[in-house]
Amino acid sequence: MHHLVIDRWSRGSSSLHQRDPRAKLAALLVFLVVLSTTRPGAQWAFVAYAVLLILTANLARLPILGLASRAALVLPFSATFALLTWWSGDSLRALALAEKSFLSGTAALLLVGTTPLTGWTAALESWRVPRMLILVIQFVYRYLFVIAEQVQRMRWAALCRGPKQRGFRLAAGLVGVLFARSWQRADGIYHAMLARGFRGRFVPAPPAPFRSSDALFLSTCLAGCLAIRMLL
Amino acid sequence: MSRVIQIAGLRYRYPDGTQALDGIDFHLNSGESVALFGANGSGKTTFVLHLNGLLRGEGSIEICGMRLADGTLEQIRSKVGVVFQDSDEQLFMPTVLEDVAFGPLNLGLSPDDALTRARTVLKRVGMAHAFERAPYHLSAGEKKRVAIAGVLAMDPEILVLDEPTTFLDPPTRRDLLSLLRSLPQAKVVVTHDANLARALTSRAVFFDQGRITGQGDVIEIIQRFHWEYS
Amino acid sequence: MHIPDGFLSTPVWATLDVVSAPAVAWVARRAQRDTQDNRIPLLGVMGAFVFAAQMVNFPVGPGTSGHLVGGALLTVVLGPAAASLVLTAILVLQALIFQDGGVLALGANVFNMALAGVAAAYLANRLWAHASRSVAIFAAGALSVMTSACLALGQLLISGVPMTGGVLWASLGLFLISAIMEGAITVAAVRAIERLNPAWITPQPATSRAVAAIAMAALVLVVVGTLIASAAPDGIQRLTMQGVDSVGWRARTMAGLVGIAMIFALCYLGGKLKSRRRSA
Repeated sequence: MHHLVIDRWSRGSSSLHQRDPRAKLAALLVFLVVLSTTRPGAQWAFVAYAVLLILTANLARLPILGLASRAALVLPFSATFALLTWWSGDSLRALALAEKSFLSGTAALLLVGTTPLTGWTAALESWRVPRMLILVIQFVYRYLFVIAEQVQRMRWAALCRGPKQRGFRLAAGLVGVLFARSWQRADGIYHAMLARGFRGRFVPAPPAPFRSSDALFLSTCLAGCLAIRMLL
Repeated sequence: MSRVIQIAGLRYRYPDGTQALDGIDFHLNSGESVALFGANGSGKTTFVLHLNGLLRGEGSIEICGMRLADGTLEQIRSKVGVVFQDSDEQLFMPTVLEDVAFGPLNLGLSPDDALTRARTVLKRVGMAHAFERAPYHLSAGEKKRVAIAGVLAMDPEILVLDEPTTFLDPPTRRDLLSLLRSLPQAKVVVTHDANLARALTSRAVFFDQGRITGQGDVIEIIQRFHWEYS
Repeated sequence: MHIPDGFLSTPVWATLDVVSAPAVAWVARRAQRDTQDNRIPLLGVMGAFVFAAQMVNFPVGPGTSGHLVGGALLTVVLGPAAASLVLTAILVLQALIFQDGGVLALGANVFNMALAGVAAAYLANRLWAHASRSVAIFAAGALSVMTSACLALGQLLISGVPMTGGVLWASLGLFLISAIMEGAITVAAVRAIERLNPAWITPQPATSRAVAAIAMAALVLVVVGTLIASAAPDGIQRLTMQGVDSVGWRARTMAGLVGIAMIFALCYLGGKLKSRRRSA
């Protein structure tokens, strides 16, 4: 599955993997802001951004094609709008829509492909994102695949009892049962938490030190992005 | 030999009115292992949830000489380690190491001490290779080992194991059994599996409709209640 | 409708990021206050449930099927603050891991779906709860989707993504269909859940309908305001939009109003029918 690939990538050991998640998240934001404010039609700038991303992916030892094919998930949406824009006569803008959304998606993938979920959620937390939201993100991600597999098994079970069973009510019943099992699972998790001494508060892990190599990485990214934005 | 569990007259009624436990007397000595048998719905799991105060019924419960009450709840939860049947429900933290450190952190250990303890326990259960792995990448046997590590990290005197070997293939099951046998804690094993009970416990207790209707030597109980698959 | 990066102009995404960030902080505080600690795993598992439930196809008519969006269902089950928080968590994961919606556009997507969409669901559920539970839940589902979609459309228009009149009306038609589908699916799902255990659906506390009505009116104003504002993009964008036959503000406003009015009318009629049948 898709997520497994990203998880595997994020456990790599390249120098980019070892950078502080805060530095990588900040670099991502810088890149996205610079990209967002680039005027449509600055084709050389878009080429330079792409080269920058390819170099970074290379540094992270991530497969370029794999990254591109996953980032292409944004294309159905942006291609639709790009076509509409083209149709209304603004071909430069149409191209820019597709380019910007694709490059943005690739950049986000570079972050999660080099940083495990615990890393970037810790970075968010150190930036004062509410702890409750961080916990919910971690729990959603943890149980996403458990419950998705459950859906798959339930669909197979329904199919085995008759391939023509695809009514509205059947789907609703499926969602209902899924809900019930999820609820019971949440109860089970809570019991397991209490059994290990949970007292209503998660104890946060201490933040790792922000090293000079992280600062160097961030300033290189900043300089690269700004140079492209100013010069091209 | 000291008593680690002493229970008298335990009763529990679910909010919907079902009398799940109807006067249970039970004891366990330190280092002893006992199997809980009984049909589905006979009250075994409800009983087990009382051992660390997750459910609170009438009657008296003493764990390691402490009477279970609001004031002793925290201490008792560190004495009684429950390994639940569904490892996915037990492993809720993003990485294996964080999950095992969850309990020690709740006990008030410093983050460094908690992580050190987590590493030690993970080595003890043979999971030293998986510190940074996410729980959903583990096999069923590995998940069970991490779940046991999470409980051992609390340094309990009693281990409660709810069907510890379901979903495991024979070699994995064998390895897990030898791990469990090597642990010195007193054990309460909830199971339908007579072979598992014979391998792990010496005494057995039989539950029927919220009561204990028989107890004694594990082999004798299995014969008396015909509690075997074939 | 998740807006990717690259579509919103800088003032639009920046404003919405600035608006959404404190709103999410407030929602998180409220959710923390309202919920007992046993709800932390519950919120996470419910988020995963919505993710997974979106995989279940609901057949509607020959050859087509829809799926649950889930905002209204979460609102009905968990209450508005917790639902907002869970949806925000889902949007963060979708933006970073699943390339569904942008990172800079996260503020916009959170505003449209986790804040305004949940508010619409919550208010609709309260406004119509007296008439009939089904109508209230239908309205919650339909209006949450309609609100999110209209806001997203307005933001795209403000950002200068050009749309001809035909495209605008067609997309509003699509929104209306998906809104009605979400309403129907949410009703069916809530019914199925209630059959298994009625205690899972938190009953709506009785509150002043006037307050709910005023809040709903305010929400409609925000949605319509966005569509009106979309006809007056700032000067820079007007330059880039030269030669594009954009649609006047009247048409856009009309389109948004018509969509919302149709859902209102539908719910109103449904409520009337139900209460008449009950009194008969």
